[in-house]
Amino acid sequence: MTSGRLLAFIVALATVALIVAGTLGHVQSALAMAGAGTGSDRLRSSSSPQVAVENLADEIARRDWDTAYSNLANKSEFTETDFIRDLAGSYPSLRSHASLDSFDVRPQHASADDAQVRLNLRWSTVVGMFLDTRDLRVTKTGDRWAVVWPIVKEPHVPPQVIPVNYLRWDVIYRGAGDDWGAQDVESPHVRIVDMHPVDRGGGVVILGELLNEDVVPAFVTVKATLLAKDGSAIATEDSFDKISHILLPRQVTPFLIQFHNIALSQVDSVHMQPASTLVAASADPVVEIEDQHLNAGPQPSLTGKLLNQSGQVVNVAHVLGTFYDNSGQLIWVSDGYIERALLPETPVAFAVSVPPDIASRVKTERAVTTTYSSNRFQ
Amino acid sequence: MKAKLIFWLGLIWVASTQLAMAQINLRLPKTVEAGVAFSIQTAGSGKAVLYIVGPAQVLRRDVELGETTSFAAGDLHNAGHYLVVLVGSSSTENGAFDVTSAHQPTALSFIAKPSRLPVDLHDGISGVAYVFDTFQNLVMQPTQVSFHLAGVAGAPQTRTVPTHNGLAWTKMDSASKEGAAQFVAQVGNVSDTRVIQQVPGDPCRLRMNVRPSGQRLALETEPVRDCSGNAVPDGTIVTFTEMYNGGEATVDVPLKRGIARTEMPAYKGATISVATGVVMGNEIHWGKE
Repeated sequence: MTSGRLLAFIVALATVALIVAGTLGHVQSALAMAGAGTGSDRLRSSSSPQVAVENLADEIARRDWDTAYSNLANKSEFTETDFIRDLAGSYPSLRSHASLDSFDVRPQHASADDAQVRLNLRWSTVVGMFLDTRDLRVTKTGDRWAVVWPIVKEPHVPPQVIPVNYLRWDVIYRGAGDDWGAQDVESPHVRIVDMHPVDRGGGVVILGELLNEDVVPAFVTVKATLLAKDGSAIATEDSFDKISHILLPRQVTPFLIQFHNIALSQVDSVHMQPASTLVAASADPVVEIEDQHLNAGPQPSLTGKLLNQSGQVVNVAHVLGTFYDNSGQLIWVSDGYIERALLPETPVAFAVSVPPDIASRVKTERAVTTTYSSNRFQ
Repeated sequence: MKAKLIFWLGLIWVASTQLAMAQINLRLPKTVEAGVAFSIQTAGSGKAVLYIVGPAQVLRRDVELGETTSFAAGDLHNAGHYLVVLVGSSSTENGAFDVTSAHQPTALSFIAKPSRLPVDLHDGISGVAYVFDTFQNLVMQPTQVSFHLAGVAGAPQTRTVPTHNGLAWTKMDSASKEGAAQFVAQVGNVSDTRVIQQVPGDPCRLRMNVRPSGQRLALETEPVRDCSGNAVPDGTIVTFTEMYNGGEATVDVPLKRGIARTEMPAYKGATISVATGVVMGNEIHWGKE
């Protein structure tokens, strides 16, 4: 009986110890994410390179730019505005509306007064998470460590006039007083030019391409319904953001529709429902996708640069990669968002991940981009 | 004895009822044209109430049996089957007649589809005309409807089609030249017009030219036309693709003033291709390795 009580006491003590250790291990990041306190009351003295970087990440998470900038070792090399623009962007973009979800600090190597530390910042946005990795040098001055921030200065576009032959479509719909026989404006004619169902990851994935074969712009969506052998519907899904929703005349978009927890063997046929609506749209901006490469390795990716050829700032860009095997068959569709705004004539790098088993079968690829500009219709 | 009495009383009642019904006999027209005046003759004597019940309309008249009850023009204007009930003091009589649409068409509803289609499409345009009289009744008598399609180019097309159960339909070809066509349906003096936009088809011959522009290449298509020679509309996307040393660059450019222009990086040995939709253009090999 006594030994049982002793065992219970030891188990309870160990549990409490583990909870405390686990909590303290992440307290810095957790407090930063929660936005608790003013910050200075819980920041530790920068007595080591790792603590100095953690303090900086905390300050970034709280957007306490003044403190973060003042603690940098190389603040004389750039202004606080440059520092803020590096992290939050100069123009409205995914980055400027992102919040720091979490971070981790990985010491690379260290000497008595100099260290290399990798800082992974995971930013949260409305379209998902993006990772910002910075390799930081940390130097010791007196008894205090300070971060040498590797500033990435956003390019500055000089004042200029870029002439654009602006092209857009406006739509007049039928009015309430029109006779019932009077037809409304015709919806754009779109066509699925390719479609493959694939059994993958415990579910079914529908891959395909959609063409706007009309002379007007279209807002498109694709819905798929899986049908069983008895004709009953198993499930219905749409492509959500794995598609370019605005299609200009003769433009082609890939699409991907995912069904979870359904085996392809259950499916007898697939009912595809492409839908299109005539919308007012603009033919600009034009974005070139250059230096496209499919990179092999443990984490394959399609990388390249987006070059905005127009004079308009693009706030959000979305890249869709379409991958084909050596017989020209579509085998995968991936996508990614660019967190920085695209400035005129300024290349911005992008990377779209590709599953390793797919990457080994890819013979050719095609990338398309869709853009959002906040002042498009001004 | 009692049973005999009941039998005779019943016989007398049936006979008297038949006599009364015969006295308020209804004489109805078989058909009445919508909007036209008509009358109903009754026989017998005394007062009765006449009900006429039809689609979306009910009439009630107090009548003197044995006289003619007249209805003015326009009293009945909805075509359909009407039930007549004459309710006398001691009996009721039923009857029915049909109201037909007026013979003269005065209105037309015209549905033409599609409102936009590529040029040179056989039977690509369909037109359906519904013929109505002045009271919006479908005119059921066969009526000749004339369909006429005329655009900025090409010979006009005309078809005359009789209506069947109030509607007539036809199919027309789109012209070989782009532009808006007037699609007119006409019956008598009544006509209705729809506009059909005939737009260029797929690009037929897509060719581009390349010239150096500083450190880059300037690419430009020749004016893009369909197989009938129509200029493909501005805004149509043309895709330029450059393949070089395992790398690739692409750009989607809208046609402006019939031409797509862009700049791409200059790589020796690069292969540059052009396409729009599912139509491929020419391929250019730039320089040498």
